[in-house]
Amino acid sequence: MQQPGRAAEIKAIGIGKSFGSFRALDNLTLDIGRGEFLTLLGPSGSGKTTFLMILAGFVQPSDGRLFSDGVDITERPAEQRAAGMVFQGYALFPHMSVEANIAFPLKVRKKSATEIKRRVSEMIERVGLKGHEKKLPEQLSGGQQQRVALARALVFEPGVLLLDEPFSALDKSLRGQMQAEMKRLHQETGTTFVFVTHDQSEALALSSRVAIFNHGKLLQVGAPDEVYDRPANRFVAEFLGEINMLPLKGVRSADNGATGLCEDRAVSLRGNADAVGGNAILAIRPEHMSIAREAAVGENGIAATAIASTYLGAATRLDLTTRQGAKVTVSVPNEVAAAALSKGNSVWLTWPAEKGFLLPDAGQ
Amino acid sequence: MRAYLSERMGAALLMAPLLLFLVLAYAWPFLGVVKWSFTLPTPGLGQYNALLTDDLVQSVFIRTLRIAAIVTVVSVAAAYAITVVWVRGTPAQRIIAEFCILVPFWISVLTRAFGWVALLSNRGLINTWLQGIGFISEPLALVRNEFGVIVGMTHFLIPFAVFPLASSMRSLDDRVLLAARGLGSSRMRTFWSVFVPMTRSGIIGSAMIVFVFSLGFFVTPAILGGGRSVMIAELIYLRIFQSPDWGLGAAISVVLVLFVGALMALLFRYVRPKQLI
Repeated sequence: MQQPGRAAEIKAIGIGKSFGSFRALDNLTLDIGRGEFLTLLGPSGSGKTTFLMILAGFVQPSDGRLFSDGVDITERPAEQRAAGMVFQGYALFPHMSVEANIAFPLKVRKKSATEIKRRVSEMIERVGLKGHEKKLPEQLSGGQQQRVALARALVFEPGVLLLDEPFSALDKSLRGQMQAEMKRLHQETGTTFVFVTHDQSEALALSSRVAIFNHGKLLQVGAPDEVYDRPANRFVAEFLGEINMLPLKGVRSADNGATGLCEDRAVSLRGNADAVGGNAILAIRPEHMSIAREAAVGENGIAATAIASTYLGAATRLDLTTRQGAKVTVSVPNEVAAAALSKGNSVWLTWPAEKGFLLPDAGQ
Repeated sequence: MRAYLSERMGAALLMAPLLLFLVLAYAWPFLGVVKWSFTLPTPGLGQYNALLTDDLVQSVFIRTLRIAAIVTVVSVAAAYAITVVWVRGTPAQRIIAEFCILVPFWISVLTRAFGWVALLSNRGLINTWLQGIGFISEPLALVRNEFGVIVGMTHFLIPFAVFPLASSMRSLDDRVLLAARGLGSSRMRTFWSVFVPMTRSGIIGSAMIVFVFSLGFFVTPAILGGGRSVMIAELIYLRIFQSPDWGLGAAISVVLVLFVGALMALLFRYVRPKQLI
């Protein structure tokens, strides 16, 4: 966070924060790698924004230490850390032009007028704001304001860029565009990005790693496919996307994973049987289940009845009930859904062994 | 459309009593004053001509503008400081600031003017104390001059300057200040280059209110000026009640009202009324 032009490496050890009796963040230990794009994901009140504010220096942690490139910065005030920061709602200076907004961090650093001019115009070019230099923030669209905020936070080449739900005010198409742009800026600058969002699809699309928070605790950190396909617990599994959960009995280890009884039918899956005990939950994402006329011997499958369908354009979402009353949702090609509903509604659900995973029965 | 119309009718009805009162108690009598200014003692523009040539009237006008300008700068600066504490301080600081702002409203302008006389006069508290500790040998001329008038008026007007400032400070987005600090700006720099410019409309509104109020001050300059720093309102009083020259007094009044009206028009061009409360 202190050397301009060089991505920072951040280490948080046992960070905690209490507001009165409310524990906003509890014993968080996390390494953020140099040049990584880390997303802090969680519902509101999960502690993700508190952690971002601690990184920025706006909030002092109650416990723990924070290191940047090996230097303890726990007590360093925000203005000396100078992490680039993009706020929810952008927080542009309303009385300054686009140019003056972007020049601000350089002026504060007492750069020469010629250098400020050069770097500001470079940055304006890079974020595509040419021709808007003299405008005030209120004369810009939401997307343009967003670009000013990004330019202002990146112009002084901070070691880390902190982003607090920057896209929450944008409409969907603009959001996608800005996400792509941010990914490009990340690659171009090579800076460490720490990004806060409550939108799981945004987190999965952008990040090199995702950290999932709930109730002030860090639950899991990993690459997007890792946390999506192998969630550490029920909360992570559910928060990252729709998921079907079926009770599983008699779970035990087998070659290459585990086996158990799902609605009186033997199924096999990946995962560690010892970690969950005899009864567990079998979790499968909707897009990993298929509809079949019947399940072959040795194939994972359960019988179910289709009860409703929702046409989604590219696919159809089918709601089913199993014989023992569990509700299951699958995402299937449109013609398969039509066939399933017409055939007396009774079908089999099948899935590959490697797509089912075990969660502890109690869940979190 | 009908709902909108009836809503407007309702608003008009609610305002009617006040409007009626203002018309009967101010606008109508003022028309009489305008008439005097053109008819007394003889019909014509003679009184307005006298305004342009009379040295006394001109020096009083200039003094009034000068005092109003100084009072405005000092009041707004002092009000700015106390408003920052009131709006952004800790809960305890806020209570103290609120107390300081509200208490003056409970004490009449007359009482306060005499209070300042007791403090500032030659044998007042400040002079006797300074002489007592041997800091000065002759009493300082703190009252019966412009200084005394400025002190008394500033004291009276600070609370009025607070409200427009408070309104602009309350509507300010905290994240913008955080953003400035996050970008490397010290607290001092953030205050001067972000906080103060962002409260610009409050400063303008506050300055206009204080300036306009200052122009019409009567009691405070009459008591603390001791007849030596006569301001425009006192001059009007003297022309009407002491040296019966109703025509000139009326002409000065008309000019003052027009000037204040022009200032108000300017104020509402730059500041929305709701920012003043």
